[in-house]
Amino acid sequence: MITKEAAPAAPAPERTAPEPLLPGKKRHRAWDEAPRWQIYLPLGVYLVFTLIPFYWILLFALRPAGSTSLVPWPMTFEHFEKVWTDRSFGTFFYNSVLVGVATLIMTTLVALAGGYALARFDFRIKRGFMLALLCSQFVPGALLLVPLFEIFAELQMINSLGSVIIAETVFQLPLSMILISNFIKNVPYSLEEAAWVDGCNRMRAFLVVVLPLLRPGLIAVGSFAFVHSWNHFLFALMFLNNQEKQTIPVGLNTLMSADSVDLGALAAGGIIAAVPVVIVFAFIQKWLITGFSAGAVKG
Amino acid sequence: MAQAAAVAKPPAPPRRRRASATPRRLPYLLIAPAALLMLGFIAYPVISVFYYSLQEYNPTKPWRNGYAGFDNFVHIFTEDPLFWDTLVFSAKWVFVEVGLQLLFGLALALIVNQTFVGRGLGRALVFSPWAVSGVLTSAIWVLLYNSQTGITRYLADLGIGDYGVSWLSDTSTVFPAAIVADLWRGVPFFAILILADLQSVSKDLYEAAEVDGASRIKQFWHITLPHLKDAIILSTLLRAVWEFNNVDLLYTLTGGGPAGETTTLPLYIANTSVDAHDFGYASALTTVAFVILLFCSMVYLRLSKFGGEK
Repeated sequence: MITKEAAPAAPAPERTAPEPLLPGKKRHRAWDEAPRWQIYLPLGVYLVFTLIPFYWILLFALRPAGSTSLVPWPMTFEHFEKVWTDRSFGTFFYNSVLVGVATLIMTTLVALAGGYALARFDFRIKRGFMLALLCSQFVPGALLLVPLFEIFAELQMINSLGSVIIAETVFQLPLSMILISNFIKNVPYSLEEAAWVDGCNRMRAFLVVVLPLLRPGLIAVGSFAFVHSWNHFLFALMFLNNQEKQTIPVGLNTLMSADSVDLGALAAGGIIAAVPVVIVFAFIQKWLITGFSAGAVKG
Repeated sequence: MAQAAAVAKPPAPPRRRRASATPRRLPYLLIAPAALLMLGFIAYPVISVFYYSLQEYNPTKPWRNGYAGFDNFVHIFTEDPLFWDTLVFSAKWVFVEVGLQLLFGLALALIVNQTFVGRGLGRALVFSPWAVSGVLTSAIWVLLYNSQTGITRYLADLGIGDYGVSWLSDTSTVFPAAIVADLWRGVPFFAILILADLQSVSKDLYEAAEVDGASRIKQFWHITLPHLKDAIILSTLLRAVWEFNNVDLLYTLTGGGPAGETTTLPLYIANTSVDAHDFGYASALTTVAFVILLFCSMVYLRLSKFGGEK
């Protein structure tokens, strides 16, 4: 890692020497040794672009109403209190958590079952099913709002969180299932067979042998489902009319579309919306990349 | 797939022993929940959209409801300038967004794939907008673009732009303003996917290239880019479809305005069905949008020779 500048011109054998110094299995390759400024300058510029918006919303959330200071000082939490209680963000938060967790569980379980079938069996409708999964990616959820609304009305599920949970799950499923089946394909079948020989039935072999190896993939898929349903807006907007049942994105939209926007409240609401996903993201970031590279495009 | 089959077939004897698990029916049982959900909540709605597209159907004008043949479609193509306007804007939006997201995402992935001090933190920070929703992105950029208190005011202090201009309500600035807001959230998506794929480039290739004296730029063109090709094709396609279909950001950021300047086709459809309750016409528009999307995707996959030259 310390070799630099002259490094790119050095012959290959010398390149391999510093590698064992790296912890874990981090890949390290010859041309990684770009001049430092070529890394830090563009990264710095991009970071400014990424972070200013975050700073801006924090600023509005923390400084008193009417202040034009560029630092959030004196700091106040009045906007948070107002949004949490007066604007019912407490209720929205609870609803969003319910929807997110339920979607995560349903998506993962259903996709796990289907993904296993796709990875381990050949069956007659498999090709057709795969094609349907791919085609469903082109179906715009937003454009099915009307027929979906009619279905949920028929099922008496308008104004119940169940409608949103089902809709979110259904639109998460195809991609999740394709990803999970790729993860399962990466687990050697012989491991499972060895477990059968040892007397496990298929279910037990799966739970004991395969499932632990799927952890990075499942974390990627599950957190995807959570983040998507936490963030998604149109289904909740359409299917939940009762204020008691609404979710955070709908609450944010209400704040934004008010005649005179309360910027402090909007910023505080935005922070409340961001905190869970940012925490989830911070935890899963590493798994996301390994998860994706494992589930990446493979026959 | 062939690979899975190959793995599944050889151990013929043990296969018979797990007859207790009824292997013939097992795969069907396993995909049943997913299949039922998708039949009920994707396939059925899609079919009903096709059905309604041939109907005059408006709950607020029930006396006119009934079979309409291809009237809706004829109207779309001959008498509806809004359809063409929104279609053109959609194409422009998707093309610019996906192009710029890919460009910046690729550059960003290449940068954070290097080894440098603070890489973990750098990655986390650069990727973080990925987790932010369309609505929250709108909220943030509404704050930034606000003519009184937004960053635009401070930029005006520096001589960039004018005071008191709201970038989102000016027809000449709304397009770049919305593009930048969506880029902020969209670039990390590409960066994450491309970075994931970069992990699997064999480093021997680079070493060999270096022995042959290939410059870093050459290595990028001849090793990195070909390796990333399939991932790039697939992620641009998925993203293009997603950008086309997604209405969260524009709906909340500009509402399709000012003066319909930023109305995409899906936004137009949503307005037609939700506000005007013209379900029949909205369904016909949806059908057209769906066909266009499918057609463009096929052409794209064909032209880009996805998965070819193995």
